[in-house]
Amino acid sequence: MARLTAPIKVLVQRFAFLLLVVSAFVLMLLGKGEALLVDRFRTGVLDFAAPVMEIVSQPAAAVANAIENVKDLIHLRSENARLKAENARLVAWQSTARRLQAENATLRGLMHVPVELPERFITARVIADSGGAFVRSVIVNAGRRQGVTKGQAVMTADGLVGRVFEAGFYSARVLLITDINSRLPVLLEATRARAILVGDNGEKPKLAFLAASAEVSVGDRIITSGQGGMFPAGLPIGVVASVDGTGVRVSPLVDFDRLEMVRIVDFESAVPLPSSTEVAPRKK
Amino acid sequence: MLQRMDTIARNLFPAGLALVALLFGATPIYLPGYSAIAPNFTLMVVFYWAIYRPDLLPTAVAFAIGLVQDALMGTPIGLNALLLIAVHGVVVTQRRFFQGKTFAVVWSAFTVIALSAGLLGWVLVMALVGATINPWPGIFSMLLTVALYPFVTWVQARIHGAVLPAGLHVPR
Repeated sequence: MARLTAPIKVLVQRFAFLLLVVSAFVLMLLGKGEALLVDRFRTGVLDFAAPVMEIVSQPAAAVANAIENVKDLIHLRSENARLKAENARLVAWQSTARRLQAENATLRGLMHVPVELPERFITARVIADSGGAFVRSVIVNAGRRQGVTKGQAVMTADGLVGRVFEAGFYSARVLLITDINSRLPVLLEATRARAILVGDNGEKPKLAFLAASAEVSVGDRIITSGQGGMFPAGLPIGVVASVDGTGVRVSPLVDFDRLEMVRIVDFESAVPLPSSTEVAPRKK
Repeated sequence: MLQRMDTIARNLFPAGLALVALLFGATPIYLPGYSAIAPNFTLMVVFYWAIYRPDLLPTAVAFAIGLVQDALMGTPIGLNALLLIAVHGVVVTQRRFFQGKTFAVVWSAFTVIALSAGLLGWVLVMALVGATINPWPGIFSMLLTVALYPFVTWVQARIHGAVLPAGLHVPR
């Protein structure tokens, strides 16, 4: 009896193995097209794991903070001197900014430019630094319940981190601007030349589709252009790190190794998108 | 009844271990460049149980672990599922080779299998994304996986011995 069933068992096992291999390939192809079912599965697993990851990530963050504190203590004096100098500089900038803000408001009023409503921010903590060798993404502890939706911009005080790629109920995945799937419409701040920031999983994403006539030099600031409507315009992203024959590389302002707290910009719900003909007459 | 529940719990044990490893592997530890070369803990777990107790971690479970890993890591869904069942399949069919071999031999075999899995993953991701990807993070990630294998195996062997007394299930 056992002798008879053994070959059948092997056959069944082989068939099951083959079936699994085929389903893996089918899933990969389905996932490429952003199938709803695959999305649901991803966000479901994310929500399920988020509470555990939140607990596990706290001690790691605490240890990292403790090390950082010791480093800070060592550099306390020099840091204080640096901050005093920076503060003096920033106070001067503040008065300039106030004057420009007032002037800008007046000019906007004169030109009937529709007022940009302030964005709403959702603050979240990074609870997992996932991805491995092929993906650059992090998981944060805010989701649809807090108003996070797919496509929103994610930033720190320094600059743009990336965009919300999947939004679960309690958690969301953020695709970093360095990820190979990241494409972002950007502007060179000084010359207003348009380009697309293309990630390649490396530390320094590339500027693509930059007009040949555009002048670029190392140190130029890169900001979001706001094209596409999902992102507010003018968010700082990075500075040009190198310009050579192979292309222009951008060094992000955000230190992705130290991501802890991020702000998710709720831009769409803050700015209703009426057609431009409706807005114009209402403004006086 | 109690004994049956006990058996079920023991049977779910390797899968649970893989999930714990997965969650710990994704924890941010704020080391520069770490996230790109983070080791693949589930690969070590699946490899270990495929050698010593494949009855507790069948192919379908390896597949499920891979799917969860893909969902958590943000990798293309099905990628790690495929890599894990491939590793599982290779190890299970070569089980006779591993039996009674010294740790050095098993570790060398793991090195070859991990690097092959890394290579396969790299090729598949490039095919899916449609762009070339720098191979170095993948290579370093797999080297780190190989380097951590003795430690993870030691931990697994301790847990294995404590939770699954020999004799309850006789390995096939």
